[in-house]
Amino acid sequence: MNLTTALARLLIFPGLLFAVPAAWFFLWVERKSVALMQGRIGPPFMQPFYDFIKLLGKSTPPRTGVAGTLMKAWPLIAVSAAAGAVGLLPVLPSFGGFEGDLILLLALLELPSMCIIAAGFSSRSIFGEIGSAREAVLGVSYNVVFLLAIVSIAASQHTFRLEALALLPPSFLRYLGIAAILICLPAKLHINPFSLPNAEQEIYSGPMTEYAGPELAMWELSHGLEWVAATGLVATLAGPHVTAWWLGVVIFVALSFAVVILLSAVAAATARLAIDTTVRFYWQCTLIFAVLAISSVLFMRFRS
Amino acid sequence: MNLWNRLMCYSRRRSPWLFHMNSGSCNGCDIELIASLTPRYDAEQLGVRLEGSPRHADILCITGPVTHNAVNAVKTVYGQVCGPKAVVAIGSCPATTNVFIDSRTLDGPLNRHIPVDVFVPGCPPRPDAIIQGIAAAAGILAERAAKKPVAEQTTEPAVVPETSEVKL
Repeated sequence: MNLTTALARLLIFPGLLFAVPAAWFFLWVERKSVALMQGRIGPPFMQPFYDFIKLLGKSTPPRTGVAGTLMKAWPLIAVSAAAGAVGLLPVLPSFGGFEGDLILLLALLELPSMCIIAAGFSSRSIFGEIGSAREAVLGVSYNVVFLLAIVSIAASQHTFRLEALALLPPSFLRYLGIAAILICLPAKLHINPFSLPNAEQEIYSGPMTEYAGPELAMWELSHGLEWVAATGLVATLAGPHVTAWWLGVVIFVALSFAVVILLSAVAAATARLAIDTTVRFYWQCTLIFAVLAISSVLFMRFRS
Repeated sequence: MNLWNRLMCYSRRRSPWLFHMNSGSCNGCDIELIASLTPRYDAEQLGVRLEGSPRHADILCITGPVTHNAVNAVKTVYGQVCGPKAVVAIGSCPATTNVFIDSRTLDGPLNRHIPVDVFVPGCPPRPDAIIQGIAAAAGILAERAAKKPVAEQTTEPAVVPETSEVKL
């Protein structure tokens, strides 16, 4: 893959030019499907776009000093990390050179939640600090399961390269890993039943409490991009390998859409859990399956 | 008016985010405001979202006759909402202090303290009336965008200086 194709992937597909409208579309699908499931009509199609434009035109409170600069920087870092994660997804075939690397993708996916933690603490609002502390606790809980699932998938297929993973025929263990990733996604995307960090009304808006205007618009965008990256990761791992590139794109988009609908249904059907229940859920119930998956992978590797 | 300003006007009319504040209300209007977001009335069709933080909001919805205790809170929250902003007074209490008129515990009505854009009278007003008021306030926001370029909007009519530390 030369520089031109790399730039095209980062900027056009599946990078920014595809990812930003897709982020708005997924945010709309989430709100609309939740509204339909609650018997409402829901927001119009362009709603996330209107929200974004409106937020760009709002003023922000004056921020001074290092904390102020940091507060402006966190949403930008989050957006670029999430956009980079989307750009790494191997939807189109590449030709040698740098190929989507699973470890880099995981690091980029993790960066927005790190930024949220830092943003809450640097805003110096008590609600932001509570939200950040919750986000940190949540991260410690779900990431163990999430990483074990990814590692078990990678170890069962003997590679950490995303492109090679997408090409290999899927095994039973891979589907087990995908199920574990799906269980972790509501926590990663802060939707019900794990919407603890930004718990609306309960702790105002959590880490976002002090954000306004264009900075808040960037947070909304990074949230949408996280949706695209996380559902895209599942779509890449679960999707069958096809030779025609356009068919691959169609399958990628359709699978991502299905994951969004599934997560929205879960969000509409559940209420917010308390933080101790959430931690117990991940450490007691889910971790067992993740450990089972990774130990069976190791067992199979020693056998073969 | 150039294209960007027209888009901004349109977006402001289509995406009013609310912050709800109780300044000593009996809770009747608060219930009606929540009812306007429920499936029967579904204000989200207009892009309405109830936000947790006043920093995110465009429209400040205030209920209640403004008690002495609530005056400073009302002014602080009004200062925390970032411009351009509009204020909707929900119910008869913030408009006229209603049946509590001449009470020694009150410092109302609301427009003695902050500028109010839309009054929604009623005790309590119906949810459809509240939605109509919010839509009118969103129209006012769009008009403000049309008259002034976005960069010229000033941040602060903050009445009470904010401190960064929160006292518990």
